[in-house]
Amino acid sequence: MSNIPKDLKYAKSHEWVRVSGAEATVGITDHAQHELTDVVFVELPDPGKKFKAGESCAVVESVKTASDIYSPVSGEIVEVNKAVVDNPALVNSEPYGSGWFYKIKLSNPGELDQLLTPDQYGTQIGGA
Amino acid sequence: MKRTPLFSAHQNLGGKLIEFGGWEMPVQYTSIMDEHLTVRKAAGLFDISHMGEVLINGPGAEVFLNRTLTNDARRLVIGQGQYTLMCNEQGGVVDDLYAYRLTADEYLLIINASRIEDDLAWLEKQLNVVDQSTRVNLRNASEELGAVAVQGPRVVEFINNWLSGPSQGGTAITKTTDLKKNQVANLRFEGNNIWISRTGYTGEDGFEVVAPAGIINSVWNRILELGRPHGLKPAGLGARDTLRTEVCYPLYGHELDESTTPLEAGLGFFVSLDKGEFVGRPVLAEQKAKGVNKRLVAFKMTDKSAPPRPHYPIWNTGSNNARIGEVTSGTQSPSLGIGIGMGYVAPQSAVAETPLEVEIRGKRAPAVVVPKPIYRKAN
Repeated sequence: MSNIPKDLKYAKSHEWVRVSGAEATVGITDHAQHELTDVVFVELPDPGKKFKAGESCAVVESVKTASDIYSPVSGEIVEVNKAVVDNPALVNSEPYGSGWFYKIKLSNPGELDQLLTPDQYGTQIGGA
Repeated sequence: MKRTPLFSAHQNLGGKLIEFGGWEMPVQYTSIMDEHLTVRKAAGLFDISHMGEVLINGPGAEVFLNRTLTNDARRLVIGQGQYTLMCNEQGGVVDDLYAYRLTADEYLLIINASRIEDDLAWLEKQLNVVDQSTRVNLRNASEELGAVAVQGPRVVEFINNWLSGPSQGGTAITKTTDLKKNQVANLRFEGNNIWISRTGYTGEDGFEVVAPAGIINSVWNRILELGRPHGLKPAGLGARDTLRTEVCYPLYGHELDESTTPLEAGLGFFVSLDKGEFVGRPVLAEQKAKGVNKRLVAFKMTDKSAPPRPHYPIWNTGSNNARIGEVTSGTQSPSLGIGIGMGYVAPQSAVAETPLEVEIRGKRAPAVVVPKPIYRKAN
């Protein structure tokens, strides 16, 4: 059973968003890490870079494949998680905790309404 | 997509099924990393039934094989196998394969799954070239046969419990572990003849088994049953690829193709230029004398970076910074924890310790040429 925390919002492309005021933290879901299996490398954007919702902003690599991460929201990167660069396995073990990818200052908070609720995301991944 | 006779076994074991060369095969059961490390430390069981089997017999078989393959087939005594290649007239590789001498005039070729049709067409074409009086029969037995590979340091703990000797053919043995590397023997299992060889594609000790398709499920289940108490796990194509990359075994379609010669790939050891005429010999002899234009090297990333992958450009370093080739196989090495790979470069860069750069998503990451194999067991 995939873990889908109730306090987060989700993108169709398997990123999660934790909102805190004008900022959001972004990572990939338990379902996504399970599909990837062993994450061996994470490439994060530079702080200060701006992205639009849906734009590719990071890369997560498993043994077999490189997968693009699409920013679920628009804004400016304020902080990236060095821990997953040093220890990519955190993405598998703690996808919603210490396996987070970056913090972004929201430029268009209205976009949050376009994201999926936990139930909607659960339906999308088919209760796996 | 085609399926091997072991398809439902893979489903029952929770295998993640993907498309490989037209076949629906398990890329992994638990994870590539876990299966890879299990093979290195204990044992892994692979379904290789998608590979092709060709039987060649008749009084002219040895001569035919020696004309068509690069290695010296005269060295094959009964029960002996050898790694060899099939080349076209330009010396380009049609396939790399194993050839076994099963009896006085019967040979078994194990060929790549992705090349079965091309190889058969090529072999038929060569048959039409030889004098009809040499009497060679060729049969594609790929559909009738299945195959598995059991690989790892702990295989020797349980493999003798599976089949009892003595052998009915091939190398004379009383138990499976009597087989030396590259030897093959015929043993009985549930009333059927099966062939077992001490060969593999992982760099570990192990065996490969060829058996009638109808009993391959029994073979798989029995080996799994005997091996599980010794740490044996099923392993998929993902681990098969990372294992062979660590020990620099080529994969057709990556290191080898019809426009690449065995000498460029560093496989001159398996090309016998002294044995007489064979297809591609003139080009290979000239390449040996004059040198090659590209050379396969193994390399390691020297800094933490994303793993190198096929087709990533390779650059040299220094003032003559230029693109000199591309990656043919690459991965994060589960055993070494660093990016590794193989690729073709200009011959002058094909020297151990030459610094290289691998271009990954537009940025160049430092690497270094290393001798093969990249992974070696610490002894």
